[in-house]
Amino acid sequence: MENKENIQPGGATTKPVAGAAAKPAARPAAAAAPTGPAENELTPKVLQPNEVYAFVREQYDNGYLFLENLTGMDWGEEGLGVIYQIENPETGKKLCFQTATTDRQDPVLASLVDFYDIANIYEREVYDFFGIRFVGHPDMRRIYLREDWIGFPMRKDDETEKFNPLRMDNEPLTDETVGLRPVDEARKTLDYTTQKNPIFTPEDYVVNIGPQHPSTHGVLHFRVSLEGERICKIDPVLGYIHRGVEKLNEQLTYPQTLALTDRLDYLGAMQNRHATCMVIEKAMQVEVSDRVKVIRTIMDELQRIDSHILFFSCLCQDLGATTAFLYGFRDREKILDIFEETCGGRLILNYNTIGGVMADIHPNFQKRVSEFIPYMRKNIKEYYDIFVNNVIFRNRAIGVGVLTKEDCISYGCTGGTGRAAGWHNDVRKRMPYAAYDRVQFNEVLHSEGDSYARTLVRLEEIMESLNIIEQLIDNIPEGNYQEKMKPIIKVPAGVYYSAVEGSRGEFGALLVSKGDKSPYRLHYRSTGLPLVAVMDHACRGNMIADLITIGGTLDYVVPDIDR
Amino acid sequence: MAVTKKPKIKSIPYEEFKDNETFESLVAQLNQNGTNVIVRSLDELIDWGRSNSLWPLTFATSCCGIEFMAVCAARYDIARFGFEVTRNSPRQADVILVSGTITTKMAPVLKRLYDQMADPKYVVAVGGCSISGGPFKKSYHVVNGVDNIIPVDVYVPGCPPRPESFLYGMMQLQRIVKVENFFGTTNRKERDPYGRQMNKANQEILNEAEEA
Amino acid sequence: MFDFSEISKWLHGLLTGVMPEWAAILTESVLVALAIITLYAVFAIVLIYMERKVCAFFQCRLGPMRVGPWGTLQVFSDVFKMLTKEIINLRKTDMFLHNLAPFLVVMASMVTFACLPWNKGAQIIDFNIGVFFFLAVSGIGVVGILLAGWSSNNKYSLIGAMRSGAQIISYELSIGMTMLTMICLTGTMSFSEICEQQSVEGWNIFRGHIPAVLAFIIYLVAGNAECNRGPFDLPESESELTAGYHTEYSGMHFGYYYLAEYLNLFICAGMASTIFLGGWAPLHIAGLDGFNGVMDLIPGAVWFLVKTFFVVFLLMWLRWTFPRLRIDQILSLEWKYLVPITMLNLILMALVVVYGLHF
Repeated sequence: MENKENIQPGGATTKPVAGAAAKPAARPAAAAAPTGPAENELTPKVLQPNEVYAFVREQYDNGYLFLENLTGMDWGEEGLGVIYQIENPETGKKLCFQTATTDRQDPVLASLVDFYDIANIYEREVYDFFGIRFVGHPDMRRIYLREDWIGFPMRKDDETEKFNPLRMDNEPLTDETVGLRPVDEARKTLDYTTQKNPIFTPEDYVVNIGPQHPSTHGVLHFRVSLEGERICKIDPVLGYIHRGVEKLNEQLTYPQTLALTDRLDYLGAMQNRHATCMVIEKAMQVEVSDRVKVIRTIMDELQRIDSHILFFSCLCQDLGATTAFLYGFRDREKILDIFEETCGGRLILNYNTIGGVMADIHPNFQKRVSEFIPYMRKNIKEYYDIFVNNVIFRNRAIGVGVLTKEDCISYGCTGGTGRAAGWHNDVRKRMPYAAYDRVQFNEVLHSEGDSYARTLVRLEEIMESLNIIEQLIDNIPEGNYQEKMKPIIKVPAGVYYSAVEGSRGEFGALLVSKGDKSPYRLHYRSTGLPLVAVMDHACRGNMIADLITIGGTLDYVVPDIDR
Repeated sequence: MAVTKKPKIKSIPYEEFKDNETFESLVAQLNQNGTNVIVRSLDELIDWGRSNSLWPLTFATSCCGIEFMAVCAARYDIARFGFEVTRNSPRQADVILVSGTITTKMAPVLKRLYDQMADPKYVVAVGGCSISGGPFKKSYHVVNGVDNIIPVDVYVPGCPPRPESFLYGMMQLQRIVKVENFFGTTNRKERDPYGRQMNKANQEILNEAEEA
Repeated sequence: MFDFSEISKWLHGLLTGVMPEWAAILTESVLVALAIITLYAVFAIVLIYMERKVCAFFQCRLGPMRVGPWGTLQVFSDVFKMLTKEIINLRKTDMFLHNLAPFLVVMASMVTFACLPWNKGAQIIDFNIGVFFFLAVSGIGVVGILLAGWSSNNKYSLIGAMRSGAQIISYELSIGMTMLTMICLTGTMSFSEICEQQSVEGWNIFRGHIPAVLAFIIYLVAGNAECNRGPFDLPESESELTAGYHTEYSGMHFGYYYLAEYLNLFICAGMASTIFLGGWAPLHIAGLDGFNGVMDLIPGAVWFLVKTFFVVFLLMWLRWTFPRLRIDQILSLEWKYLVPITMLNLILMALVVVYGLHF
């Protein structure tokens, strides 16, 4: 997993050497022998609840600054717990550990808020679904479900439907929250005292932006306290499109779970499904053919271009440049045409399957894609002319919503947001998958970390994606497009994690299997959740119009946040 | 005398619309008592205006919203029908396109949005999720069909529906609008005799809400 | 050149023949008012249709085309819809102010509309301080906007109205100064005389050369901001404040704002053509008498409308090209750049006039 060596610095778009893909420099490693452990299996180190804090402190000092994923678990008799995945962003080394408590009445674990900013929101999610409370957390509120929700739906023994009928009264929103202050600072014991923390005081002028608002890109709700036009504080309220995908997964068979992945981040449908297929394939030690790998790579990159074009369009729309919005959509339709021919869908594609893809590529596919590449290269100049180089946009974006590299790592903002701040976090380089190890491309990096850099990163990534596709499109190897799979797919027991570089960051799928035909738990590392978590930090002190710019350039997709 | 009305929609003959039976039963129901010629001609003028000026509320919860954006964009161009004036304020919108999953947390919000819209208002349920819950039907947090919350005029199936189906759904809605009565039975604003009492009763609740 | 005052004199003569003087004037006033209201509605419809088509063509689309030939009846159907739409009365608002606000806005724009010189002799409000009157009356509109924001009991509306107030009042300064610059050149504040002068001596934008062109550009920027149109549309900036100050208005009340927005655009463009582009004065090129003769055959009203719609098109072009500014940027643009430039420009124009450097 440590492929730090082949990361190339620099954000310039260079044209790759022609024919680089014809003679792949390094073939992917041969499939592991079926007897060995699966490539993506995690072996979490088991810790006692009171050891976690000290352990993390030690690892944090060793450079493990990036909390990649935090997954709540209900192991049944072994108790309620959490699987943590942390990473050292410098060396790329990863660490996985887990902890559990058997107390089901008042489960309490140590909070990692002191180390990782993103832990705040991840732990609230775990509290919401499992009822685990975290000592040291300042804000133990529900995050997805209504505040008057009864029970914790992800617990295996919860009777959610029984207590929670459809409520049509307005949702209560408290202005005061409960924090758990530890009695012992070193967390040797997990005793705590509760403490009331205000979110907004009566003096604050609070404006609700959302859930129905044109520029929250879906149904996101920000409670924004204003001082004139300046933003003092943002409190995101999530869950308006929480569809319970992870709970649904537990009742579905593996092929069925795939259907829901496309609908998470619908602008990264291919990539999400790729990640889920990959975690299952690798866990079962099924090696897909080269053809499938290349097709998946091309599709992922097309999807990335699609998503980045939509990012550009929506940003233009949010900033009032409606014409540029429609130019983006004009070009996006070309990609949708390509998708439609091969996959049948425009937005929700349902293309990847476990062990391959749904259907072979359409005979027109290569021709269409080859035509698209020069078309897009030409049209992207228009984007710069009409919008990105426009003095108004430059004034509104440069220096607005600056996120430093440290912020990005602490908040776990992967993808374009992190790369705009100079953080090498491209999963395609960090842990290459599919056919990314046989193509040459640059990881687009900027160092400013402001809204303008985030926009540039996306537009330059379009060019990089075109380069990747160009290298692969004429060299799709022959082979099966679908491996033979058993009619009922069962994954050997264990914990597995695979990630892909989604359109807006690392999209990971964490699979906990007990050897059944449906997953025991299938958790997705949302790409958008860290981006929403960082909104408060990025927007403070800026004006209300900047909230739109910052939100637009962070580029979150709400159903992916809420899952 | 049975009233038969066959509203004309440009480019699509009446027979080619699906589900004409439901539509005809609606027409029959609306015209049970017959209509006056003058009133009907006035109605037709107003219906003509309304049916060609259905301004949608920008309301999108998930995937279908992106397809709605595609409908507004150059290739499908909803502006040809005059529907491009998407309003962000529910007060000024005529039709709410419920595009995307409605979760139980979103349900009161949707209801409130619908209540905030000014009459005449129409609802189009777009996509599997808003029709029945779609792929998330079994979820603990998803409303199985928005018709549980608000009255729906047209259903547009698909996951997400293609832009063409959006347009077809809007044309179906135009047909419904074109047979409405304005001076006759529906859409007359009545004085609400309970309004004042309700006001007083709600006063305290409102005060509390405002303070919060 | 056709002089419209012949018709009005004839009409006046006809009316005084059958009724006393005061009754004749009363009748004339009513006729004029009716004409204004009709023209107002007609131009609103034309402008809305134009905006939708122009914006569609900028965006590689077709725009309205299903209702009537090329969608020409589209706006009529919108009007019918709007007229029969429910007007929502809000609880916990100041109903009187809430209902008054849209009328103030429409009234302000109607009165300013009456200031435009349509043709030689065809002018409704015309007196020796016409420019001041125009500026004063157009200021009433902002009261309507502020009232709308205040009385809606909605935070978005309030922010939108405050922004609008700050913006309009600031930019009125630039408008006033650019107008002063041109008055410096013309030496009169009456719109009819300004036009008359230009028909004889040439359009002001040519006569005043550098300072006039500068003033024209600044006027366009400031006028655009006065109309609350993009890139200065942030009082109602859709992506931030849903619909700004008119968020809570429905039905025809909202329709008034909608109408006023487009008519203000027309008035802004009409003023630009009156003051800078000669109003109804035809295009004359010194020395080409044949050409000038042909130009004189085209009626003044046509000249006026052609020039005005040309400026309207320019403003629409701006609107659909640029992204929106931020409130602090708008204000700093005005106070840090436009106001000093217009002041210097005024001095420059004064020097030009004093030393007779104009044409």
